[in-house]
Amino acid sequence: MDAVTHVEGRAYPWGAENIDTDIIIPAHWLKTTTREGLGKGAFESVRAKPGNVFDDPEYAGSPILIAGDNFGCGSSREHAAWALGDMGVKAVIAPGFSDIFSGNAFKNGIVTVVLPQAAVDRLIEVAKTDEISIDLETMTVTTPFQDRFTFTLDPFRRECLMQGLDEIGITLAKDTAISNYENAVGKSRPWIKRESGNESITV
Amino acid sequence: MASKPRTLYEKIWADHVVERRDDGTCLIYIDRHLVHEVTSPQAFEGLRNSGRTVRRPDLTLAVPDHNLPTTARVDENGARLPIADPQSAGQLEALERNTAEFGIDYFGATAPEQGIVHVVGPEQGFTLPGMTLVCGDSHTAAHGALGALAFGIGTSEVEHVLATQTLLLSQSKTMEVRVEGSLGFGVSAKDVILAIIGRIGAGGGTGHVIEYTGDVIRGLSVEGRLTVSNMSIEGGARAGLIAPDQTTFDYIRGRPMAPQGDAWAWAVDYWKTLPSDPGAVYDRTVKLDASDIAPCVTWGNSPDDVVPITGVVPDPDSFADPAKRDAARRSLDYMGLAPGTAMQDIGIENIFIGSCTNSRIEDLRAAAAVLNGRRVADTVRQALIVPGSGLVKRQAEAEGLDRIFTEAGFEWREPGCSMCLAMNPDKVPAGERCASTSNRNFVGRQGPGARTHLLSPAMAAAAAVTGRLSDVRDLMGE
Ligand code: SF4
Repeated sequence: MDAVTHVEGRAYPWGAENIDTDIIIPAHWLKTTTREGLGKGAFESVRAKPGNVFDDPEYAGSPILIAGDNFGCGSSREHAAWALGDMGVKAVIAPGFSDIFSGNAFKNGIVTVVLPQAAVDRLIEVAKTDEISIDLETMTVTTPFQDRFTFTLDPFRRECLMQGLDEIGITLAKDTAISNYENAVGKSRPWIKRESGNESITV
Repeated sequence: MASKPRTLYEKIWADHVVERRDDGTCLIYIDRHLVHEVTSPQAFEGLRNSGRTVRRPDLTLAVPDHNLPTTARVDENGARLPIADPQSAGQLEALERNTAEFGIDYFGATAPEQGIVHVVGPEQGFTLPGMTLVCGDSHTAAHGALGALAFGIGTSEVEHVLATQTLLLSQSKTMEVRVEGSLGFGVSAKDVILAIIGRIGAGGGTGHVIEYTGDVIRGLSVEGRLTVSNMSIEGGARAGLIAPDQTTFDYIRGRPMAPQGDAWAWAVDYWKTLPSDPGAVYDRTVKLDASDIAPCVTWGNSPDDVVPITGVVPDPDSFADPAKRDAARRSLDYMGLAPGTAMQDIGIENIFIGSCTNSRIEDLRAAAAVLNGRRVADTVRQALIVPGSGLVKRQAEAEGLDRIFTEAGFEWREPGCSMCLAMNPDKVPAGERCASTSNRNFVGRQGPGARTHLLSPAMAAAAAVTGRLSDVRDLMGE
């Protein structure tokens, strides 16, 4: 994963609330077996309407998306994060995110910034004409107009983002702790283990 | 001194901590992992690219369900029929290849046990109380009905679990949803969960794990509990839980993957220690009175857009919250509905009885009780019954339910997700309505432009017979 310390540029001034994962990437785009190329399907139903923010040349290729509360609700499909990444979005600012979506976004190097509604409203105004800057070091969002909004990030996620760390690699380094746990459970709850290769299992 | 009373959630959490970090997040051990064809290919690809293996293939079970067609899978000679959509066929092939390569148990497309992951897990005894269980699908919450801490994960997490059998998680807040009283005639588990979501809102459970309690929940069968816990995610919660009790143990006993002999007795002793202690504190408690719950139906594009079937389409202006007002306006526009329309005046062209919310044998029996000796209305263009698994299908056929359905004019299909998310060819045409027993009424969920009304299997059957949303109590003679 590439390290992210700073996201700066134009932002889609959208602000829509309760954007679910079916809106971000409809189910018929989920038949792929790779992570690439999903940007084409992102926000398909929104883009079907003329005058939508995503097809406005003013915002083409913006690295930031500003949305309303409860962004990414609905399914666990990580395709939502892949689609955003594929269309060039590196950060989403909203008053709130679904838990699963923000986890998926983080794992794909997309920063989810939670700010109060009033700050989000202000950023939407600014985004219509100017650039926005998100800094992970100071955990602030700034604009060319002296706006300065601070946000918080889970320390572990922040560290992974800023250093581009691979979470699986970090966990694999805990192999001894995991093996110790498995051995203990093997004694206290032995039924957790299963006989693999059950006779009745057929292709 | 006695230790502090703990909730069911806190007990399961504590028993799965591999390591606690300074910031409070924990490396949590995962006891069971269900894998399907849509959210796993990129995870296996990731493993392969980094030369990693699956740590515990024995704790992993794979079954295709999401985009598998529900039409016949073998010809008269038992030979497998090809899947027309090359991308769907590609995902299925990838799952077959990946499970073989990594040594994971697999119920293939034509196996008698194949079905929707969340139906198969409990049915096989793969899901057990007190376990942590994950799957790359948000309705994994369903398994909480057996007292397992179960939640949906994204593909990167699928890869993480495959490689390490753990996840790094922070502890959720707890929310008790207590339903007391007794359910009225014609009111099902689906109505209970729709009423709960209507009450707490689609974001009401965000950051929480919900534990469903009260005598109504205790009185539900495990299948009814699965319906309730399944839709925890529609209330914003990542997981739902119901304390294991004798009903749970009786359900699990003898299932193919359940513990046997000494291990069974040992397991039951452990499971009995799991229910929340008296005096355990939840971060939030919501109480519902069962006598206030009627057969429910949704009118909009959010699962909390719930009204009793005797109600009307609400006026967007009646909502105090401006955001909700806007959302309601957009919903009514998409749904083609006018405020004040009686729900029972809304005509329906498509009926879908299925999905991991409502495709088990009790759901099919409830639908059959309404459909017995009746016919689907002429104005209904498509009526599908898609059993949740091959075992459910065979059981229904043994009981003669399939004949009731086909004689009524329903199509009787092979198991899978089907029209719940319209990834396979089962779709609701644009602009048409569907009375659906699934769990999501989002824009385009059942196909581009499709208009979904969520309801129970008996209510879906009632709508099929009359061709409009109907009060099942009127058809059942009370
Ligand atoms: S039936 Fe629907 S909700 Fe359930 S697993 Fe399949 S797609 Fe997901």
